[in-house]
Amino acid sequence: MTTKPTVSKAQLAEQFRSFIDPRFVITDEETKKPYECDGMSMYCEMPLLVVLPETVEQVQRVMRICNEHQVPVVARGAGTGLSAGAMPHKEGVVLSLAKFNRIMEIDPLARTARLQPGVRNLAISEEAAQYGLYYGPDPSSQIACTIGGNVAENSGGVHCLKYGLTVHNLLSVEMVTAEGDVVTVGSDGLDACGMDLLALVTGSEGLLGVVTEVKVKLLPKPEVARVVMAGFDSVQNGGDAVGGVISHGIIPGGLEMMDSHAIVAADDFAKAGYPREAKALLLCEVDGTEEEVDEHIAQAEEVFRKFGATTVRTSRSEEERALLWKGRKSAFPAVGRISPDYYCMDGTIPRRELANVLTRMEEMSEEFGLRVANVFHAGDGNLHPLILFDANVPGEFERTEAFGSSILKLCVDVGGCITGEHGVGVEKIRQMAIQFSDEELQQFHDVKAAFDPAGILNPGKGVPALRFCQEYRSLEHKQHKQEQTEAAHG
Amino acid sequence: MADISKQLQDEVLKARDSGHKLNIVGGNTKAFMGRDADPDAGTLNVGEHTGIVEYHPVELVLTVRAGTTIREIEAALAEHGQALHFEPPHLGEGATIGGTFAANLSGPARPWAGSVRDQVLGVRLINGKGEHLRFGGQVMKNVAGYDVSRLQAGALGTLGVMTEISLKVMPKPAATMTLVQDMSLEGAIPYMNQRAAEPKPITGACWVDGKVYLRLSGARSAVEATANKWPGAILEDDGAFWRSIQDFQHEFFAGNDVPLWRFSVGSIADNPGLEGSWLIDWAGSQRWFRGDAEQSDLEPMARAAGGQVSLFRGGDRSGEVMHHQPEALKGIQRRVKNAFDPDNIFNPGRLYSWL
Repeated sequence: MTTKPTVSKAQLAEQFRSFIDPRFVITDEETKKPYECDGMSMYCEMPLLVVLPETVEQVQRVMRICNEHQVPVVARGAGTGLSAGAMPHKEGVVLSLAKFNRIMEIDPLARTARLQPGVRNLAISEEAAQYGLYYGPDPSSQIACTIGGNVAENSGGVHCLKYGLTVHNLLSVEMVTAEGDVVTVGSDGLDACGMDLLALVTGSEGLLGVVTEVKVKLLPKPEVARVVMAGFDSVQNGGDAVGGVISHGIIPGGLEMMDSHAIVAADDFAKAGYPREAKALLLCEVDGTEEEVDEHIAQAEEVFRKFGATTVRTSRSEEERALLWKGRKSAFPAVGRISPDYYCMDGTIPRRELANVLTRMEEMSEEFGLRVANVFHAGDGNLHPLILFDANVPGEFERTEAFGSSILKLCVDVGGCITGEHGVGVEKIRQMAIQFSDEELQQFHDVKAAFDPAGILNPGKGVPALRFCQEYRSLEHKQHKQEQTEAAHG
Repeated sequence: MADISKQLQDEVLKARDSGHKLNIVGGNTKAFMGRDADPDAGTLNVGEHTGIVEYHPVELVLTVRAGTTIREIEAALAEHGQALHFEPPHLGEGATIGGTFAANLSGPARPWAGSVRDQVLGVRLINGKGEHLRFGGQVMKNVAGYDVSRLQAGALGTLGVMTEISLKVMPKPAATMTLVQDMSLEGAIPYMNQRAAEPKPITGACWVDGKVYLRLSGARSAVEATANKWPGAILEDDGAFWRSIQDFQHEFFAGNDVPLWRFSVGSIADNPGLEGSWLIDWAGSQRWFRGDAEQSDLEPMARAAGGQVSLFRGGDRSGEVMHHQPEALKGIQRRVKNAFDPDNIFNPGRLYSWL
């Protein structure tokens, strides 16, 4: 989708400055610089300008002006996204929601919180803690990421299997449309009449509207949580043990797995006392009432032993629980220490395919000559392979991208998908053609046009242009042919 | 057990070419819902499109053809100690998963276990151009593309013919107990919410006929400990009570002569001051009212309670039966409808007169 703005940068800035504090209409290169990328810093672009409105009415006016002049708009929260979904458009405006950072209301009896979109995810739970409540979804970036961004990405976290994704924890979203209308989708009730636009907007990566207010559900904080750590001498056994726990009727609050590379790196970093010789490590957290947790922890320990665990250790205190989690939570920086750069992938697979996928990934690791460490949200099948590379070595990032692309294709081949929680953004736009047919992609484009007829919201993200897909598919086909020919001759 | 998706696709293409409309029917147990069906439209029968496509108990995922009955699905899950946690209403033996999802119907556990919409992971659907498309997937997390699957919840089949649905399923709770005590409606609404704010294994909170019912389910030890702690008498044969709520068999729902209204509102909102009988479910979020009234009179009351009202059953179904939509949302929904069904083939006028 190409848009041709019908207004100059200076004219646009002047119009914005007539109703937005001029200090918050940013046009100079130096102040714009921090906005050039999000958490996916390999993809950068300088925007035409950046605005930081302070009221919903100002957001409406920005949208009306941009819609009239066909100026692309990229909404931005904290910029922690990992698929370049908030990467600016070079002819467009970055609309930062940073000034919308107020918790407007917490209702302890109804267990709800009304929030401006720039409120940080963790701040919700911190504020709700005084009432014994918390907000469920807890993405790894929760200390910095905002609820508006969580809505855009349908963020998950380590507790998804039991407590769901963002889409399961929302009551309503107020948003400004591309044409500048304010609409509320959802209600204070648990559902609303008509099509479920709330579900459609959640995870739409800023392509359907600009979120200006979010009402979320809060949950009572569990009385107690304990974690069982289990080491296994094969990935297969670890994977089977996950199935074993679930077959037992236990739904853990969190269920994480690490492979041998991640175990060693995390243990070096956090000194968590992980079994360093293990090929797979499971962390299984059970939460609930005291009685329930005691009952389920005992069952989980038994299941792990039955499935051949070489080490089983259960936290006996909050400190010990925190320590066991510390390794997992610091897995990314830990891996960062053993390599100049790493690239975090995000695919999902049916859990039964885990051993197969990890084996294939080891083989690819050799083919591409790049190391890979794996952390896995085992409960919900969300895999995060971390490809280790050095950006200063010419060609290594390109090789990393190719490796990543092969991993995503593998995920789709075994019945999974190309993104579990990071979104498509720019990063995975080519892989959309692996997961979806042209008719399906066209249906997405038609949905987009229903919300944004002029196509000004986050153009070039999320859904690829069909022409581009055909080129990509034929390229893949050609590569595949070439590989087959090479294999036949090799 | 048959895959008739090709036949369904052909019928859609035929209707498109000939300019006909189609009413989509599964088990035909929800004909009373929505606005009156278009009498000039033909019938597209999805009820023959049945069977479990894939079921992996350890994955907690089930993929099933849309015409499969809820009964058949529950029987297959029960063999592995699993269940549909959203507690689908059995509106007759023939109720199908496709119809249940299109109408977004969930039972008493909904505030805690999630709705049918919450459990859906992916769908296959035939759009108005006769294209058979796949959205979402068979994994818990999938954020590639728009969530077209969950968009179908409550759309009453106006966007396409669902042919296949993938759902998250869960283990059956090990134990269940219900506490009952006398209470006024006004007292019950805050009471149910106070209990729901405690970290206890609550999975049902309902008020009817001057009594409040709280259901506990989960690990036996936790259920028993909570039942000992909280006030109320233990209800014998509590399964029968909750089934009567889930399946609209409770005597509150009996008879078709008095209209049945559904308020979906904020859980702690004051109850609308309407004369008539009430049943409060979902800890106050879903409130049923029996009485003759005008939709336009009830809407301000629902809005004051933070939500919406719809005429669920009975009454005049030639006018609007769903809560009025503001202009901007009307425009978006019309365009979304057009994006999926440009010739307006599916269930015309069933959801709103303007769709």
